[in-house]
Amino acid sequence: MKSGSTARSVANVTETNGAETSASSALAERARRLDASLLKDLLEKMLLIRRFEEKAAELYALGKIGGFCHLYIGQEAVGVGAISFLGPDDYIFCSYRDHGQALARGMDPGALMAELCGKTAGCSKGKGGSMHLFDKRLGFYGGHAIVGAHLPLAAGAAFASRYLREPRVTLCFFGDATVNIGSFHESLNLAQLWKLPVIFICENNEFGMGTPIEKTASIVHLHERACAYNMAHAAVDGMDVLAVRDAVGEAVERARKDSLPTLIEARTYRYMGHSMSDPTHGIYRTKAELEEHRRKDPIKRFISALEGIGVITQEYVEETDNRIREIVEQAVVFADQSREPGPEELLADVYLP
Amino acid sequence: MPVMQYREALNQAMREEMLRDDRVFLLGEEVGAYNGAYKVSRGLLDEFGPHRVLDTPIAELGFTGLAVGAAMAGLRPIVEVMTFNFSILALDQVVNGAAKMLYMSGGQFGIPMVLRGPGGSAHQLAAQHSQALEAWYCHVPGLKVVMPATPADAKGLLKSAIRDDNPVVFIESEVLYGMKGDVPEGEHMIPLGVADIKRPGNDVTVIAHSKMVHVAMEAAKELEAEGIDAEVIDPRTLRPLDTGTLVESLKKTNRAVIVEEGWPFCGVGAQIVDLLQAQAFDYLDAPILRVSGADVPTPYSKSLEHLAFPDPRSVVAAVRRVLNRQ
Repeated sequence: MKSGSTARSVANVTETNGAETSASSALAERARRLDASLLKDLLEKMLLIRRFEEKAAELYALGKIGGFCHLYIGQEAVGVGAISFLGPDDYIFCSYRDHGQALARGMDPGALMAELCGKTAGCSKGKGGSMHLFDKRLGFYGGHAIVGAHLPLAAGAAFASRYLREPRVTLCFFGDATVNIGSFHESLNLAQLWKLPVIFICENNEFGMGTPIEKTASIVHLHERACAYNMAHAAVDGMDVLAVRDAVGEAVERARKDSLPTLIEARTYRYMGHSMSDPTHGIYRTKAELEEHRRKDPIKRFISALEGIGVITQEYVEETDNRIREIVEQAVVFADQSREPGPEELLADVYLP
Repeated sequence: MPVMQYREALNQAMREEMLRDDRVFLLGEEVGAYNGAYKVSRGLLDEFGPHRVLDTPIAELGFTGLAVGAAMAGLRPIVEVMTFNFSILALDQVVNGAAKMLYMSGGQFGIPMVLRGPGGSAHQLAAQHSQALEAWYCHVPGLKVVMPATPADAKGLLKSAIRDDNPVVFIESEVLYGMKGDVPEGEHMIPLGVADIKRPGNDVTVIAHSKMVHVAMEAAKELEAEGIDAEVIDPRTLRPLDTGTLVESLKKTNRAVIVEEGWPFCGVGAQIVDLLQAQAFDYLDAPILRVSGADVPTPYSKSLEHLAFPDPRSVVAAVRRVLNRQ
């Protein structure tokens, strides 16, 4: 399995470009083996996330979205690649950075935007907000906002599948800084010990908020944490949607056939600040560093690979992008038109009867 | 009616509910092969097998969180914590997870789970193993909190807790496990949120839960000799609280004493005082008094430990004060 570079140096541009070229050709090679409609679907989903998140940033600036809002821009290939391998009955758990996975899973962009705006038509009736997206019908089991706390939940859903002898698998997304918290270790141990069909996907975007991971983790290759639990593990270039798809596909097969967990480290990068309240650069990373990573953009790379093998054309990309921008506009209209929750909603859904 | 221990009544409740619904399973430290640290799960591994009775690592956060996730995906877990002292390690999963999942998902995910095990003070176990933490859980919307004081209540309430679709914190008493009493066979269900008048009386209302019910009953016996007729009420469920029964009693007696093992500041008794003064102010003939644990970490020394928790004498003294009979 190809592993992405974790070096954060921007010194040698030529070398980076060389690595870029080989990564792109690897992407093109993978693309050749796949059906054109699937490839187009992956591209559309990544574009949808990008445009949706850009719009969310705008609405946040306008004050229509409040609270904490963690954008997925830069990391689209991880969510889209990973979720593309799931079946309709599988489960997904996320951290608070959950818009991308929700869209990748097929959540209605209107319901998502309405949730961000705190409206009743939101996927969680406006009670969860950006960090707590839920859609039971899609197997989307939530955005959870305490770092690491949803790993045991994911292990539990996988436990339920095994208990009920259902062939489901569970994907669990979390950030790099999560590998240091106790719940990560307790969950990995339980998952391997009890042979649970769960795939832990560590989205290593290099920073836990504003602190580089090498300042907080005692090892560099985070997926090696799995060794302590005798668990299968892999690192993958998280800017390559098909590499992610392949790695997760292997893990999903292992989970479905042998009921065994996997830890995958997807090396990626977020372009925006940790949340909308944070600057994109200036404190913990330079503008040059950010720009360097943007050149490895997962969407641009995928487009150029697909154009290279003749699956899509420039016109197709423009047309698709325009269509997606329109979908996002419609999502905003839907959110705007959706009703604010009334006072009767305040006390509802605290207890089941 | 069969006579059995409090622990046996709990065991019977779990066994019956596991026979009734195969989505119910038990997990926790030592619940399987060891039959439970306090033998509450005796025989369940043999009867139901390792698929449904699971010995966990010592990892409260992990296995409690796993249970919450399993509940999201259709199961009905019973989590045994070896003692509630250790439940603090899992508090995030209970408070931020189980209690809030229904609300923050807009009503999509209920958590039908029971978190059970022994709580309260025990004998010379010192500060970290001997304390009453129910007030912590009572504070949280989304949780129900149940504390049975007798074998019959233990069975009837645990069966209801297991069938409840909400997360229920079920705090047993470490020192009552060996207590014997009549326990109805089969479908003995006690609804959550219903108090029980353990001793009817006319002069003063004494409200107590868990082990303190027995302290209050002993105090009532002493008071009877003085010609004071105390009504002892056990709320049994602390959240939701059966305020109606307490208010009705107060309307009759006009005076109340609340007994609890926990710390006084922001304790369960403080909440009950607030509800009673708001709903029955005009019926009160004296300030409501509280008897609680001392505001200190539990000491080890027997002589100090004895001073740290309510006993019948301190309850009798409070009743005399509330009746102006010093």
